[in-house]
Amino acid sequence: MSLTHFFQHLANGVYLGSLYALIAIGYTMVYGILRLINFAHGELLIVGAFIAYYGILIFHLPWWFSFIIAIALGALVGVSLERVAYRPLREREAPRISLLVSAIGASFFLQNLGLVIIGGRHKSFYRPPFFAQTVQLGDVTVMNFLFVLPLITIIILGIVFFLVYRSKTGMAMRALAKDYPTARLMGININRIIAYTFALGSALAAIGGIMYALRYPAIHPLAGVLPGLKCFIAAVVGGIGNVPGAVLGGFILGMLEIMGIAFFPHLAGYRDAIAFIVLIIILSFKPTGLLGEQVVEKV
Amino acid sequence: MLAKKFSLIFLLALILVFTGTSFADEVNIGVYEPLTGPMAAGGQMTLEGIRLAHEMYPTVLGKEVRLFVEDNKTDKAEAALTVSRLIELRRVVAIVGTYGSSLAMSGGPVAEAAGIPVMGCSPTHPLVTQGNDYYFRACFIDPFQGYIMATYAYETLGARRVAIIQDIAQDYSVGLAHFFRQAFVELTGDPASVVGMSSYQTLDTDFTAQLTYLRGLDPEAIFAPGYYGDVALLITQARELGIGVPFLGGDACEAPEFIEIGGAYVEGVAISTHYSADAPVTEESSKFVAAFIEKYGYSPSAFAALGYDAYRLILDAIERADSTDPQAIRDALAETYRFEGATGYITMDEDGNAVKTGVILEVKDGEFVYGGSVEPR
Repeated sequence: MSLTHFFQHLANGVYLGSLYALIAIGYTMVYGILRLINFAHGELLIVGAFIAYYGILIFHLPWWFSFIIAIALGALVGVSLERVAYRPLREREAPRISLLVSAIGASFFLQNLGLVIIGGRHKSFYRPPFFAQTVQLGDVTVMNFLFVLPLITIIILGIVFFLVYRSKTGMAMRALAKDYPTARLMGININRIIAYTFALGSALAAIGGIMYALRYPAIHPLAGVLPGLKCFIAAVVGGIGNVPGAVLGGFILGMLEIMGIAFFPHLAGYRDAIAFIVLIIILSFKPTGLLGEQVVEKV
Repeated sequence: MLAKKFSLIFLLALILVFTGTSFADEVNIGVYEPLTGPMAAGGQMTLEGIRLAHEMYPTVLGKEVRLFVEDNKTDKAEAALTVSRLIELRRVVAIVGTYGSSLAMSGGPVAEAAGIPVMGCSPTHPLVTQGNDYYFRACFIDPFQGYIMATYAYETLGARRVAIIQDIAQDYSVGLAHFFRQAFVELTGDPASVVGMSSYQTLDTDFTAQLTYLRGLDPEAIFAPGYYGDVALLITQARELGIGVPFLGGDACEAPEFIEIGGAYVEGVAISTHYSADAPVTEESSKFVAAFIEKYGYSPSAFAALGYDAYRLILDAIERADSTDPQAIRDALAETYRFEGATGYITMDEDGNAVKTGVILEVKDGEFVYGGSVEPR
């Protein structure tokens, strides 16, 4: 492998990695606060992408405006999902495993709803020409999007940090994460804060979905399954609940997938196997994830 | 107690459904196709042709034909399940399907065990019919398709160094890659003329690592025998990486989605397929194209034509057998000789494969354009 090729692989890896990182942030944020793995996150990605798709196709909105609408509506879908699938269980104080099953159910429901309404065929996602333009850096070819994507990931990271650690609602969210009943006693409106968390998480999912669709412009109702799963794993490797950890995990997974093929081209068909073996090794040395902390069980 | 009562009612309802589906003056024919999932376009295009054929030829032996359509969801387990559902629940005497060789290879043994004949529309992998006395098909098989594209690469493009990128999760793709390689090496006489091979898996969306690797091998053309959605994304990414060499594909690239997703990036891509509306081969072809355009308002794909032929082949066999007994239909299907279909004259060889002309399509100005025919060897 020549140096040029290595740099090309590196660029490809940064690309894929920042995409995974972006999606993993949403996953980990919802978990960090609610201790709920929202398995419907992958579907929320596709919901966001489809709203943006139809905004451009049917309502002829400018692409950037359609994206904003998609993010807002994506948040709304997330909040409704919480209202219908999670809150009733929580109010009956169902065990956490029931919530998890409900999340998986919601994921299947959204997939099949998509198949009924939209149909199973691929739709071609609109790409603003600027994003798809390529730049030549020596012998390495990259799209403009490569510069945009990590930037967006970093900005999102900043926004999430601000909202969770610097705002008043964020303080309430963190209080909730520590202790439910006490937070309630302190006068925090639990349902509102949880809805807020879901709105934020789903908006992140919609952003992730749009970015994913911009990069891989063929979307269908089941397209969220694989990125959803992979980004969940990325979040776990980074230490689930830890936002910078999710970014780290996403980058590692993306890099591993690309570099696995770069160094072992004849094993390209086993790309996921190579990536996941490394992840298993990481987890066996750091079971709580790279940046995850040992959680002390409450008595 | 209540639960017991309910289960009894449920059982009774089930029995009603069972008996309700078969009448003496009706012939039940099953269809299993991927109507959702990554191969949805292929299944839906095929179904268009089957539905048209059913509309045009709704009776056989004076009995009404009832069509039962099942979605196998582009899932191998689901494919086997849908075949047993058609046989057990719908009591079909013959089955049409399915797009996707892996799906057909999963449904085939179920039908064989039950003794129900299946007419494949477009599964091209040799193993679909080999060793299965009850599976037939209306299409040619991949050794021929590999030969068509290898010849195209060698003669039309003048390529002497090619690379291949296959979908390792699909029997179709792995098989076609193998046959293409074989045919190309035969043409050049040099095993090193296939400079490299790489793989991905269905549902993968990122191919940049494989493509970067192949670029380093400096091929003159790249053969990508995958399904339309993946190949369209793959070629898009190749062009974005600055890979300018011609791309070639197989029949699974023929879908409107291929061009919608690939856009300007797939211009000039050549694929092999079964049929082109621009080059009618029989009288039935012209009749089919006219009826299709009248019903749907656009030109039929090769898969619609194959679905149409597959349905009619079964009806033809029932008529020749003068019986709706599955075994008699199977025997009649095996003896099909110069049947006039929309995709050409169909004769079954000893494995149950149709021996037919192949067609090359090229993408020009955002459309598949007829680029020539290749006669069987």
